[in-house]
Amino acid sequence: MSRPALVLPILLGAAGLSLGIAVALGSVPLTPTETLAVLTGGGEPLHRTLILELRLPRALAAFATGGLLAVAGALMQVLLRNPLADPYVLGLSGGAAVGALLSMLAGLGMAMVSGAAFAGALLSTLIVFGLAHGTGSWTPTRLLLTGVVVAAGWGAFISFLLAVSPTTELPGMLYWLMGDLSHAHSPWPAWIVLVVVVLVAMPLGRSLNVLARGPLQAAALGVAVRPLEWTLYGVAALVTATAVTMAGSVGFVGLIVPHMLRLVLGNDQRLILPASALAGGILLTLADTLARTLIAPQQLPVGVITAMLGVPVFLYLLYRSR
Amino acid sequence: MTDSRLLQSAPAPLLTLMDLVVDIPGRGDGAPLNLDIRAGQCWGILGPNGAGKSTLLHTLAGLRPPRRGTIRLQGQPLGQLPRRRIARLLGMVFQDHQDGFPATVLETALIGRHPYLRPWEMESAEDHQAALKALRQVDLAGMETRLIATLSGGERQRLAIATALTQDPRIFLLDEPTNHLDLHHQVAVLDIVRRAVTEGRSAVLTLHDVNLAARYCDHLLLMYPGGEACWGTTREMLVPNALERLYGQALVTGEVEGVPVFFPRTDLTELSKAD
Repeated sequence: MSRPALVLPILLGAAGLSLGIAVALGSVPLTPTETLAVLTGGGEPLHRTLILELRLPRALAAFATGGLLAVAGALMQVLLRNPLADPYVLGLSGGAAVGALLSMLAGLGMAMVSGAAFAGALLSTLIVFGLAHGTGSWTPTRLLLTGVVVAAGWGAFISFLLAVSPTTELPGMLYWLMGDLSHAHSPWPAWIVLVVVVLVAMPLGRSLNVLARGPLQAAALGVAVRPLEWTLYGVAALVTATAVTMAGSVGFVGLIVPHMLRLVLGNDQRLILPASALAGGILLTLADTLARTLIAPQQLPVGVITAMLGVPVFLYLLYRSR
Repeated sequence: MTDSRLLQSAPAPLLTLMDLVVDIPGRGDGAPLNLDIRAGQCWGILGPNGAGKSTLLHTLAGLRPPRRGTIRLQGQPLGQLPRRRIARLLGMVFQDHQDGFPATVLETALIGRHPYLRPWEMESAEDHQAALKALRQVDLAGMETRLIATLSGGERQRLAIATALTQDPRIFLLDEPTNHLDLHHQVAVLDIVRRAVTEGRSAVLTLHDVNLAARYCDHLLLMYPGGEACWGTTREMLVPNALERLYGQALVTGEVEGVPVFFPRTDLTELSKAD
């Protein structure tokens, strides 16, 4: 019981640090003193603009998006009892991306793009859950396979949309598909969703622990399995859609963060879920800082950085799991 | 019909099966089951592979709906009870264990407390005590921090029984509880079940070993491959003819310590007779 007591404060400290690094680094590097001066209400006017209007909102958006993706991954891994599940692999991100791209093509406003992304993620959820149910029972393998195939379908649809789009729209859309935080406007909706979801999921934590032992065992121990599974899928869809509208489709955060935390902390969801929110936030904040500064003044899509980290880790995990 | 129904002092049934037909996909209706399982009774379910023993146990646990008929748990229809309530009364040990994620032995035993805890509640010191006691009962003391992936088949099976003991139900439903267990632990686990039964609980278990059933169960339900079934006290049911028809296997019968024993008649049996 001492580990949870330690882990969350450490992650909270690291979260603060990562946000500090994100606001300090950039085309005009700031010293810690200068950064602190701005954050405590002082500092030079130029520094104030730089931090409060540009870097801090973006860092907060990165943090919330990373947290959301990691929480979505942690939930879906329990749902499918498979450590390789995440919103990106299962096609939820793809569905959200198609929704968003369609509304961008139609020239709709930002609010409509968000709504369409949510609809896309939800549709993807229904397709995957509905088809995987089929005539027999849900098996995790079948769900995972259905998700992978649906994700491939969305991928093809995205390519189609890109092929028929006017060339002037292409760079924006491509950046968005690879995951990009430079268009993130207000981080607050994502933060609200993140905090609410973690607060809602925490009391479900023990039920999730039991569900991780298989649906029959969970039902025998008093868990209403089907309602819980639908809740998880709905929450995962909401969380994924929020993340995708924020930053496009960023892969691998949902996959590697919960998995690494499990290696260190075990599989108690009451600890894994808040820890995933924090660690996912830290990872994406740092990845986005790298994306901004690595080949500055040019910016990289943050999805490129997470994929560069994620691919080797994913392969390593596959290799290790027999 | 059970003879206990005739007794005036029989306690109210914990579990009642009324015209119950289990739902085995792709199979015709079996014989409807009508029986009462009361406190202090240990029911053994015998039958060949594929006779529907596990399906019946899952149906009794409320994990799958019956094709026809009703199950009453302490007088109330099982299908209308909330799962949490059922889980405090019925403890199920499955034949297979899905261990998707790493977990320790103690954590696995502790999930038995789930039906008693409120959503925000953490496991208390008493819950830990209950889990540790159950682990001691099944001979797993000292292995609390081991990962379940490192356990042998028999140890994993005993851990599943410890989880059910931690759950502390009125009725144990045990699907092949002696699976993977060595001789000593088969007897040890069945002794635990019998002790629980003499304390006023009841147990329903599927077994492949007729001789263990003869020793530990006071009632038997025989499930035939064609869907027929018969049930009654162990004394009534353990008839060589009935068992030979049940398994489609000739048997040699004897008696040890006043309990009938059955062995499959094989070519080897014939050979040893010829000696």
